[in-house]
Amino acid sequence: MNCVLAEDNILHGTPLLRWVYELAGLFLPCWLSYFIAGFVIMFILVNAVLLGAAVFVWTERRLVGRLQNRVGPNRWGPFGMFQPIADLLKLIVKEDLIPQGADKIAFVAAPIIMVATAILMLAVVPFAKNTALADLNVGVLYVLAVTSLTSVAILMAGWSSNNRYALFGAARGVAVLISYEVPVVLCLLGVVIVAGSMSLADVVTAQAVPFILVQPLAMFVFVAGTSAELNRTPFDVAEAESELIAGYHIEYSGIKFGLIQAAEFGGVVTASAVIATLFLSGWAGPASNYIGWLWLLIKIGVVAFLFIWIRATFPRLRIDQIMAFAWKFLMPLSFINLMAVSLEVYFLRDSSGALTTTDLWIMTVINLVVFAVCIPLFGSLIRDKVRPAQLQPTARATPGATVQQAGGEVT
Amino acid sequence: MLEDYFRQYGLIAIFIAIAVIVPTSMLTISWLASRIGIRPTNPTPVKQETYECGMEAIGGRWGQFNFRYYMYAVLFVVFDVEVIFLYPWAAKFLGLPLFALIEMFVFVGILLVAWAYAWRKGDLEWA
Repeated sequence: MNCVLAEDNILHGTPLLRWVYELAGLFLPCWLSYFIAGFVIMFILVNAVLLGAAVFVWTERRLVGRLQNRVGPNRWGPFGMFQPIADLLKLIVKEDLIPQGADKIAFVAAPIIMVATAILMLAVVPFAKNTALADLNVGVLYVLAVTSLTSVAILMAGWSSNNRYALFGAARGVAVLISYEVPVVLCLLGVVIVAGSMSLADVVTAQAVPFILVQPLAMFVFVAGTSAELNRTPFDVAEAESELIAGYHIEYSGIKFGLIQAAEFGGVVTASAVIATLFLSGWAGPASNYIGWLWLLIKIGVVAFLFIWIRATFPRLRIDQIMAFAWKFLMPLSFINLMAVSLEVYFLRDSSGALTTTDLWIMTVINLVVFAVCIPLFGSLIRDKVRPAQLQPTARATPGATVQQAGGEVT
Repeated sequence: MLEDYFRQYGLIAIFIAIAVIVPTSMLTISWLASRIGIRPTNPTPVKQETYECGMEAIGGRWGQFNFRYYMYAVLFVVFDVEVIFLYPWAAKFLGLPLFALIEMFVFVGILLVAWAYAWRKGDLEWA
C-alpha cells in the first residue's frame, strides 16, 4: 500500500512527518499511518510545552534577577541551567498533602486541567509552512475556547482546597479571567477580518505586513489580556503573595504544585506562540520554507522576553484597577480597533475582496495614528482610577494622641 | 477533503487525551515514588490543616463572602455571545457588501449603548 500526501496537506510541509507517513504507509492503512505521523507532532508539541516551561522558568529567574540587580540561580550547571531539573526532582519526591475536608477529585483534577490547557493551545499553531497538528478552519475560536478553560481549573483549585484564601484567590482569578476574555475576543476580530479566515495558517499567510504594525491596538489589547489570563504580575491578584499568601494554589504541595507552576510557565510559552503567530507573522521570514520553525522560535522568544520584562517592570495593580483597565480601557480600544479595521477594509479592498500589500501599509499608517491618539485619550478616562490617590497630608500626630483617644493618660 | 476534515478533529481528540494523560502520569510517578519509599507520606492532622497564617484556623472554611462579580459575569455572557455572531461575519467580511458593514455597526452600536448604560449605572465598579 502506498500512501502519498496531497500538496496542501498539513503534514506535507515537514520532511520528517512526510517520511514517517510514507514509511508507515508501506505496512499500514493510510489513515493509521496518518495518525502515526500525527503522534510524532503530538510528541514534539508536548515536549515543546514541558521543555519550554523549563527553559522559560530558568530564563525568567535569571532575567528577573538581572533586572532586579541580583544574580538569580547560578549554582547547578552552567549559569544555573539545570535549576528547573533540580526543582522538578525536588517536587516529585516531596510529600504531597491533601488538606482536610478538601474535595479530592476536584483538587487532583485542577492541576491536570491546567497543564492540559497549556498543551492543547499549541494544537492549531502552525510551526512551519503547512505544518501543524491540525489546521482547523476555526483555529482562532479553538485557541480562545481552550484559553478560557483555565478559569474552570482555577475555580476548581480554589474551591476544592477548603481554604478561605484559596477561595478568595479563585473568585478574583475568575473575575479577572472573564473580564479580560471580552476585549481579547473582540480584538481578534480585526485579525480575522484582514486575514479573511479563522485558520491560523491563513492568518500567517495573510501577514504580508505583520499584524503588529497593521493593528497595533489589537496587539496591545491582546498582550494585556493574555498576561491577565496567565496571571502574570501586573494582573496577578489571583495569587497575590502579599495579600492572599498564594491564592488558589495555596494548599498545593509536591508534584501538584509543580504541575500548576509548569502550566503557568508553559502557558506563557504557548501564549507567546499564539501571539507570535497572530501578530508577528509566525513562521514567515527569510528562507521560511526551510527554517520556518526557527523563525517561530525566535519570535516566541521575543514575546516571552516581553512578558518577563513587563513582569519585572510593573507593580501589581489593585483588583478594582484591573477591572477598570479591562472594562473601561481595553473594551473601547478593542471596539475602536474593530470599527477602524472594518471601515479601512471596506474602503481599501478591491472588487474581488482582496487586500494588497500597499493596502496593508495604508492601514498601518492609519492604525498607528489611531493607536497614538486612543491610548492617551482613553488613558485619561481611567487615570483617576488607576493612579494611586494623592496622599493627603495628615495632621502631625501629637505624642500620645492615640493613648488619649483610647481614654488613657499620658504622663 | 471531508476526510481530511475529520482526520484533523480526530487528531485533536487524541491530542486532548494525551494532554490529560501526560500530567496524570506525572502524578502517578510521584505516587509510585511514595510506594517505593523515595517520597515520604505520613499525613498527620496538623499537617492536613489548611494554612491561613500559621495559627489554627477558626470557624468553618465555607464562610459566605461576596463574590462581587455577578455583574461582570452577566456582561461577559452578553459580549461573548455577541462575539459568536461577529466571528462568522469577520471571517467572510472581505467579500461582503456595504449592507453587512452597516448592519454590524448597528449590532455593535446597540451593545455599546448597553455597555455605556452599565458604566453609567456603576456596574463596572468593583464595589
